[in-house]
Amino acid sequence: MTRYSAFTVFREGLRGQKGWDKAWRSPVPKPAYDVVIIGAGGHGLATAYYLAKNHGIKDVAVIEKGWLGGGNTGRNTTVIRSNYFYPESAALYDFSVRLYENLSRELNYNVMFSQRGMVVTAHSEPEMEMAARQVNAMRLNGVDAEFLDRDQVRKLAPLLNYGPDMRYPIHGGVFQPRAGTGRHDAVAWGFARAADAQGVDIIQNCQVLELLTEGGRCVGVRTSQGEIRASAIGATVAGHSSVIADMAQVDLPITSYALQAFVSEPLKPVLDTVVLCPPFGTYISQSDKGGLVIGGGLDRVPSYGQRGNLPMQEAVLAGLVEMMPALASVKLLRHWAGIVDVTPDSSPIIGPSGLEGLYLNCGWGTGGFKAIPAGGYLFAHLLATGHHHDLSRPFDPVRFTTGHLIDEGAASGIAH
Amino acid sequence: MQIFPCPFCGPRNETEFHFAGELGKVRPDTGKEVNARDWATYLYAQRNEKGLVREVWLHLTCSELFVMERDSLTMDVRASKSLRGDAL
Ligand SMILES: Cc1cc2nc3c(=O)[nH]c(=O)nc-3n(C[C@H](O)[C@H](O)[C@H](O)COP(=O)(O)OP(=O)(O)OC[C@H]3O[C@@H](n4cnc5c(N)ncnc54)[C@H](O)[C@@H]3O)c2cc1C
Ligand SMILES: [Zn+2]
Repeated sequence: MTRYSAFTVFREGLRGQKGWDKAWRSPVPKPAYDVVIIGAGGHGLATAYYLAKNHGIKDVAVIEKGWLGGGNTGRNTTVIRSNYFYPESAALYDFSVRLYENLSRELNYNVMFSQRGMVVTAHSEPEMEMAARQVNAMRLNGVDAEFLDRDQVRKLAPLLNYGPDMRYPIHGGVFQPRAGTGRHDAVAWGFARAADAQGVDIIQNCQVLELLTEGGRCVGVRTSQGEIRASAIGATVAGHSSVIADMAQVDLPITSYALQAFVSEPLKPVLDTVVLCPPFGTYISQSDKGGLVIGGGLDRVPSYGQRGNLPMQEAVLAGLVEMMPALASVKLLRHWAGIVDVTPDSSPIIGPSGLEGLYLNCGWGTGGFKAIPAGGYLFAHLLATGHHHDLSRPFDPVRFTTGHLIDEGAASGIAH
Repeated sequence: MQIFPCPFCGPRNETEFHFAGELGKVRPDTGKEVNARDWATYLYAQRNEKGLVREVWLHLTCSELFVMERDSLTMDVRASKSLRGDAL
């Protein structure tokens, strides 16, 4: 593997770019591995990386039906933050933000994590009270948070509508300075390259069709490229988690929905933070290329149809025009959807599946990009040791039976 | 916009409809002791099939619940029927 550095860029510039290695191999699957991971999104690739790095388990295959990072990891709006309410969530997501802070160096790959901060606006006095509660909860959990008045929001995001005609005038908001955006593909590619360098086989164009079971235990997978056996199998397939659960004949509390995003034509810099306006259900940031990256809420119809559609487009863009009227005439370049795995409490599921040998990392729904380093780290711990890390234990699926839900949907009004 | 058929009002815009849940979930018989596992299954487990699904929908404008059969991948609607009679 060529190490990426300013020096290698310079050297290759002089050598006609002939000295670069492939970022990862395209191996033929072996008949058996220690660990097989289904799904080469960010979570699957990060899991493989941390299995090798933290636990010395390098006999690992990541099996992907399409191309690596082609699921939600390559389709999301890249917001990274830890402004959650409950201590369990704050601990999980802030651990992830801390891993992101060092990730480019760790992977020797620029994931372009830009801590430009995120503002969540409040639009009435009762909302200001909830915002103050949110800030206090975050600080108690050791997460950075600032309570902003209207003028402070205006300084950070002058593009928002402060006019008298705004339907829900801005009163203030919550700001997390360490939040920001990253480069989604780079996160997948960086983990893939670093995992491959440690000996992990990433097998693309290989769909898991069936689970192999012996004596009530999952012992491998049947794929479009043949059977592959393993001592532990981890599924990180996001919106397709119920499909795998069905193969395992276990129940999952997940509903799959399309979540859409939009990118505009490139503009000169107009916005240097991330803004979410909850009453409009729309959030926005500007990428380094100048495109406005716009997202909103879930579709209303459960779906596996991985494509955009009009009703939600209308809702999100109507919200955007109300939030930032100056953008009304900007043109969209692209519009797409990913299939996200939504749980009843808007918190992820990490734990044993109910079928021995098969473990799940799913339920990240609309917000699992920010959690990729932590999700991989904790899932690797579970696969390697058979036991939860303290940070993942509260997210075990047993919570749906014991009633210990971590209802971030209600507590922090999950938008993303 | 996609058009959904209400068995009572005919074809209408999808935004008039609300997804109520999967068809065929039966509330545990609370006349007997119900264990936590059965409650969890009833409250939270979803079949969430890729492909043909049968679901209960609400047409918001006429407030009728009905059964819709559709394909969750292609989004084709196959049938919609009143919840009365033998729909279950
Ligand atoms: C439009 C949109 C915007 C979003 N915005 C944000 C955001 O701003 N911030 C944030 O934190 N999160 C966001 N998310 C959520 C985030 O993208 C996901 O939670 C995260 O990427 C999930 O990663 P993953 O690795 O679990 O899944 P994925 O990246 O979806 O990877 C799963 C992989 O499994 C593969 N697979 C499925 N079935 C099989 C099979 N049978 N055999 C082999 N392979 C299989 C798929 O092909 C896929 O590549 C957004 C999502 C969407 C769709
Ligand atoms: Zn009707």
